[in-house]
Amino acid sequence: MPALLEVSDLCAGYGAADVLDRIAFTVEEGGVTAVLGANGAGKTTLLRAVCGLIRRRGKVRFGTEAIETRATEDIVRLGLAHAPDGRGTFLQLTTEENLRVGALTRRDRAGVAEDMAKVYRYFPRLKERRQQQAGTLSGGEQQMLAIARALMLRPRLLVLDEPSFGLAPLVVQDIFSIMRTVNREDRVSILLVEQNAKLALDLADRAYLLETGRVIRGGPVAEIRDDETVRRSYLGY
Amino acid sequence: MDAFLHQLFSGVATGGIYASVALALVMIYQATHHINFAQGEMAMFSTYLAWTLIAAGAPYWIAFVLTVGISFVLGVVIERVLIRPMAHAPVLSVVIVFIGLLVILNSLAGWIFSYTIKSFPSPFDGVIPGNAFMSPHELGIIGVTLVVLALLYGFFRFTSLGLAMRAAALNPVSSRLAGIRVGRMLGLGWGLAAAVGAVAGMMVAPVIYLDPNMMAGVLLYAFAGALLGGIDNPIGAVIGGFVVGVVENLVGTYLIGTELKLTVALVLIIGVLVFRPAGLMGKVVVIRV
Ligand SMILES: Nc1ncnc2c1ncn2[C@@H]1O[C@H](COP(=O)(O)OP(=O)(O)OP(=O)(O)O)[C@@H](O)[C@H]1O
Ligand SMILES: [Mg+2]
Repeated sequence: MPALLEVSDLCAGYGAADVLDRIAFTVEEGGVTAVLGANGAGKTTLLRAVCGLIRRRGKVRFGTEAIETRATEDIVRLGLAHAPDGRGTFLQLTTEENLRVGALTRRDRAGVAEDMAKVYRYFPRLKERRQQQAGTLSGGEQQMLAIARALMLRPRLLVLDEPSFGLAPLVVQDIFSIMRTVNREDRVSILLVEQNAKLALDLADRAYLLETGRVIRGGPVAEIRDDETVRRSYLGY
Repeated sequence: MDAFLHQLFSGVATGGIYASVALALVMIYQATHHINFAQGEMAMFSTYLAWTLIAAGAPYWIAFVLTVGISFVLGVVIERVLIRPMAHAPVLSVVIVFIGLLVILNSLAGWIFSYTIKSFPSPFDGVIPGNAFMSPHELGIIGVTLVVLALLYGFFRFTSLGLAMRAAALNPVSSRLAGIRVGRMLGLGWGLAAAVGAVAGMMVAPVIYLDPNMMAGVLLYAFAGALLGGIDNPIGAVIGGFVVGVVENLVGTYLIGTELKLTVALVLIIGVLVFRPAGLMGKVVVIRV
């Protein structure tokens, strides 16, 4: 089966200078791909480039579509949901309105209602706070909201930028187990940027190592896990 | 007592006009973080349009609906042609574009329709039996304003398009990541603001008469109302507009005389900016990092 997302020769950046240098990676249909790298390596930039939020060139194929020249709105409508760095919460809207925004492009009302119930099952905390202004949620709750909002698109590919950022260890466990469910049961493929390499590699089937805008290692997780550099710099043994 | 009640109700009626224009200002402010200084002139121009249609023989309400529709389209066009190219421009450039638009619309109206003052019809006439303190037109203004406000509230609160427009104004990047076409939503916002302004212009014109400078005072009062309620808070701005209308009328009648009324607006604006920049009802957005 061909990959769901296939990126090659991707260069991208802000202003005149490129941050990313000829990046290549894939996310398999139904798979989880993890991107690891130090602060400033270009992980967030990579996700932004895939979603068309910044200037980029190269090849990006999503499903059957070439998306390297498409606008973000159109890429999202193809079924790619991105929970961005910083969470992107609509602070002045209520929790439930945030979730409704995630589903605004959908026309299947019944399906939206189903998914609303489903994300509330995944994140009961959000259900308790459904009428609360989202700006008053805690950081962890906003992270849950960002993932839930992305899921409301009923995406084919879920793109997550450091979902564990700033969360208590138990909450991180929770979120990773929900991502596993979403991947296994709802058949959503996942592209994941994560500092917690151990958790990321446990979930992923492919992983890529980014260093100053370049992929320096990449492939099936089994190989990456045994890699000397990865073990020393990211897993710490 | 009747005289006092009369002034009070006049205040509520003109307050409705200020509330509408204040709301139009807030709608554009939330989306662009700029005050549309040309909001009043846009409304004035719309009112001339209605006057032209009526002079050409159109029945009042037909002219009303047509004017609202055309103003909506003009609002969308102005956003598209003038404002969108300025999206990343420095604040001062944007302010200059707004002032340029103000001056151009004003001169254009003077050139086409002349600066002589015209009367504008009210659709509400007759007498209300047993009612000494409210004219039919004032009652009509209040009714129309409340209908417009209710429609807008329902639209933003309960429809998907309304939610998409609010989202686009609050957080453009997150909106794009939700598949919302942000540019289109901004255009719609300008269209709605222009349409609301058109209604306000047509409602106030029978009272203050039609001339190219008719909206200068109205805009100032509306701005005072918007600031008073919180420039970021639509409901606050509407309440602020009503309050300014009543205060203006009472202070003008009983304290300082009609000639100096406009200073009330100025005093309010400066007072709010100095003592309560977020407005009396300014929504305090709690942000956690
Ligand atoms: N908005 C921006 N404008 C200009 N340069 C930027 C911008 N955002 C990031 N950069 C630069 O791009 C490079 C990569 O940043 P990026 O945010 O992609 O790193 P990251 O791998 O996500 O880091 P972190 O782990 O800290 O989130 C950095 O050198 C950074 O300075
Ligand atoms: Mg990052």
